[in-house]
Amino acid sequence: RDFNERCAQCSEVNWGLTDGGRFYCRSCHNVTERTREVVNTDFITHSRVQTISKGSRKQEKNDGGSEWYVCEGFQLVLKKQVEALEALGVCPQMKDEILCNFWRCYLQKSKQAYCKRPAGEAVKALSVCESSTDVDSDPERPSLLHLLSLSESEGDLQTDCSFASSVSKVSESTSVYSGSVDGSLYLMKNQKENLRMTMPMTLSFCYMALLWVREPITLSELLRFVVEGHIPYLNVFQHFPEKMKLCGLDLKIFCVESWPVYEEVFNKMHELAAFLDLPRFPDITESCFLHPDMLCMKYLMEANLPDEMHNWTCRVVKKIGIGEVDFLTLMPGNKSTRKVKYDVLAAAIIVVVLKLLFLLDDHYECFSVISFISSQTKVYIFYSGGPYFEFKKWYEVVKHSLDVKQKKLDEERAKYLWRCEKPLFYSVKNKSKALKRRQMVVNLQNQFGKLSGSVQRAEKPNPSSFQLSWSEENTDGSCFHGHSLKGILQEKRGLLTPMNPDYWLCTVKLCNERLCGHLAHYREVEFPQSYHFVLGLFSFLLRVQPSYIHDEVCMIEHKLFNKKLYKKLKYNTVLRK
Amino acid sequence: SSNEHKLNFKKSKDACLSYIQDALLQKQWKRAAEFLTCFVESLEKDYSREHIGPSEMIWRIGTEILWHHSQSSMKEFSCFMEQMKTLGVKRYLKVCLEHVFHLLCNGQIDEAYQNLSLAESWRFGEQTAIQDKEMKLIQAYRGLLDYYSWAKQKNILFENSEDGFSDLAVEQEMHGYFRKAAVNLKEIIKIPGVWDIFVKCYVDLLEFYGDHNEARQVLNEYAYNSKFPANPNAHVYLYQFLKRQGESKKSLISALKILHDIVPSHELMIDFNTMLQKSKKRKKRRLGLEVIFAALDYAGWKENAKAWSCLARQVKQIVISEKHLDWIKQEWNSRKDWWPAFHFSRYLAKRNWQENKSLSYGKALVAGILLGKGCKYFKYVSHQGCKAQLKRFRMLKKFVNRHNPVYLRISG
Repeated sequence: RDFNERCAQCSEVNWGLTDGGRFYCRSCHNVTERTREVVNTDFITHSRVQTISKGSRKQEKNDGGSEWYVCEGFQLVLKKQVEALEALGVCPQMKDEILCNFWRCYLQKSKQAYCKRPAGEAVKALSVCESSTDVDSDPERPSLLHLLSLSESEGDLQTDCSFASSVSKVSESTSVYSGSVDGSLYLMKNQKENLRMTMPMTLSFCYMALLWVREPITLSELLRFVVEGHIPYLNVFQHFPEKMKLCGLDLKIFCVESWPVYEEVFNKMHELAAFLDLPRFPDITESCFLHPDMLCMKYLMEANLPDEMHNWTCRVVKKIGIGEVDFLTLMPGNKSTRKVKYDVLAAAIIVVVLKLLFLLDDHYECFSVISFISSQTKVYIFYSGGPYFEFKKWYEVVKHSLDVKQKKLDEERAKYLWRCEKPLFYSVKNKSKALKRRQMVVNLQNQFGKLSGSVQRAEKPNPSSFQLSWSEENTDGSCFHGHSLKGILQEKRGLLTPMNPDYWLCTVKLCNERLCGHLAHYREVEFPQSYHFVLGLFSFLLRVQPSYIHDEVCMIEHKLFNKKLYKKLKYNTVLRK
Repeated sequence: SSNEHKLNFKKSKDACLSYIQDALLQKQWKRAAEFLTCFVESLEKDYSREHIGPSEMIWRIGTEILWHHSQSSMKEFSCFMEQMKTLGVKRYLKVCLEHVFHLLCNGQIDEAYQNLSLAESWRFGEQTAIQDKEMKLIQAYRGLLDYYSWAKQKNILFENSEDGFSDLAVEQEMHGYFRKAAVNLKEIIKIPGVWDIFVKCYVDLLEFYGDHNEARQVLNEYAYNSKFPANPNAHVYLYQFLKRQGESKKSLISALKILHDIVPSHELMIDFNTMLQKSKKRKKRRLGLEVIFAALDYAGWKENAKAWSCLARQVKQIVISEKHLDWIKQEWNSRKDWWPAFHFSRYLAKRNWQENKSLSYGKALVAGILLGKGCKYFKYVSHQGCKAQLKRFRMLKKFVNRHNPVYLRISG
């Protein structure tokens, strides 16, 4: 895929793969020794794959639709999503081999397909007998359980099908009404046994597949692409075929009105991996994009920090062992290892390095000798290689750009359009009203859209990996990549160490994650402004809450200062390194 | 939990709304329209638990934008209002009424009238009864427009009558409008409220057709019925009517009494004081003094030469008669701490002298009596006046000097 070397024989770049997994040149058939890493896809072991026996599937309902199951809907969603990822440059393997197999495995494990008795059957008997009330209030109704137990023992598909036609005739007062066959059952299912599929979970699937293939897309990037519209999520259902009618409870399942958050997708992904009994994921090694050394490099560039800082991030990574293959690679179901958030981790490492070098207590970083001198003379202090890095100047430059971007993002958030052309209605009775409303909305949008002046709905910007970019060619000195850290370093016993001798811990004691869900509880007022700014910068880049990054920072600090903490727990939080 | 920070439909629309609000406050109509375009899809969502629903917000915001936006036409505006009428049946009449107001502001009287008639004929089950108040208003405004037509016909009639022709058709039309207008205007003013314009028009009609009793009754109700909110204009209208009718000073004075209580700074206080000063009754004269002092407490009256001359006249009269000096003392008691700086500073002396001699004369007299001949205001003005060889200022100086002991008795 990304093998771009020229052929030794004919100098062409036109590669194919042999059966043995070796690259060969299509022009001159020269076979190389280079092999592509074979991705292992046979994790569905010894499973009896049976297709679902649907019996007489009624094709035509009153409104021209046909029967469809909720999982079919989700399958379509996933298909659209992975096609979008392909368009972004992800390898085609992901769709045809990885995600497909994950999905099949899921269907099998959750007994929705590929097994003897699909759980969707039970709902047909249910629809007729239920009467009104709110679905959400009491998910464990005795009558439902009773019906389920009945169908499990007697499962006669033929007689069950005769009830299917009555689904569409169910009166509007019943909340079990849905366009899909098993919509109502889907929402009532006991979640502890089965991992019920949701829209956010489709992204968990995508992320899991991306991780398996080790694509250079982090979870935060994936979610950002979703929000920016490059990956279908909101209103995907409008791409369902005509015969798949969506109404009633289906709306609760497929029509989301919020953007998923990192934590949610991340946790679900791990749950999913365990549920599917997946083996150890392919190794995350030093040459992987997701390795902290690589990600730190990327984020350092994006944050406009000096390239020299990379040495320091690598040192920290090495010191606390978070660059090890076993630490980084996902082992599903293993509850003792901490689940790694690659992007958040990389950001947190940079924050820790900044604290090591600059202390970030609102004083040291601002009033270093270098800053003092340069503020008097209004020039950069140069050494023979280039300017010295000054935190205060960096802060001003980055803050300015960040504020501009943040303001733009805030406005975009206020201008999201959540609805789409396909009208949604809970029942047939509401349909005409919904259509009228839709028409009025379109009219008003046209009327006021014209009055918005020259501001047109901008074309979707091309997806980019970098949200902030800094060019060394800028003569205004706003790019800090080439700046040197010499101003704050000193040589001690042949090693470069920071002149700053102090360090303050974010928290002396870590919380129990299992109890309260967090390692620490971040409150802006309790921390220096510089620290808050740095958290805010990465919070913007990764689109997560500052507290999320703060948790990682705490975790890293505790690993880094492990021994000292153990000894000095009683004393104040300022340590000598 | 992290779910609090989740961006969802509602949060996104709340943010959108605050951007709209900012844009409206800064009169950035294009920007407001831009964000409103994104907001309108809220109509498709259920907001029944909120205090104000999106349809009402869109109506109000959209009205503002369309009214002020440079590229928006009246046609577009009306089209929008028609859409808004269909959006909420509970607001139907309100929207109609506001639409009519906008049409009137734009000078489209006929369209306004049509809309009012249409609205009047609207029926919608129990909503008709619930929106009874709005219906009355609609009828009242139609009555107002009928009055307006009546007035037009009346003018035509009088123009023609100068030529000696009497146009029967016009006259009939005029009477027709009168009847229509009278019916509706009479209805609305029965309900407690502030109906200045309706009252004025109705009284005008009644007076024209000679029904003075009814007019008097209407105005009395409007001014004195405690169910109606306190309204200075009610008293002004009554007073003006009584004056037109040539009523006695006694009834005129009683009409202005409450006005003085609620608006001591009203411009009619000069008339009031003038009438009271001349009264034979001691109580009335006392009240007159109180009235004029109270009026001059207000900044808007500082440079009112007429008011000062009223006060000067009364003060002079009291001083000469040497009776009721205690009246002046009483009034001055609460004012002696701040009136000197407020009215009688040296700076004001200079300015008043430059700008208005009559004003400075009146003030100087009052100052001289209240503060004595040594007060800087009096000294400056009288000096300037004598320098300019103006007779009255010389007289003034003599007068104050002669009556200086009065000052001592007042200030003691």
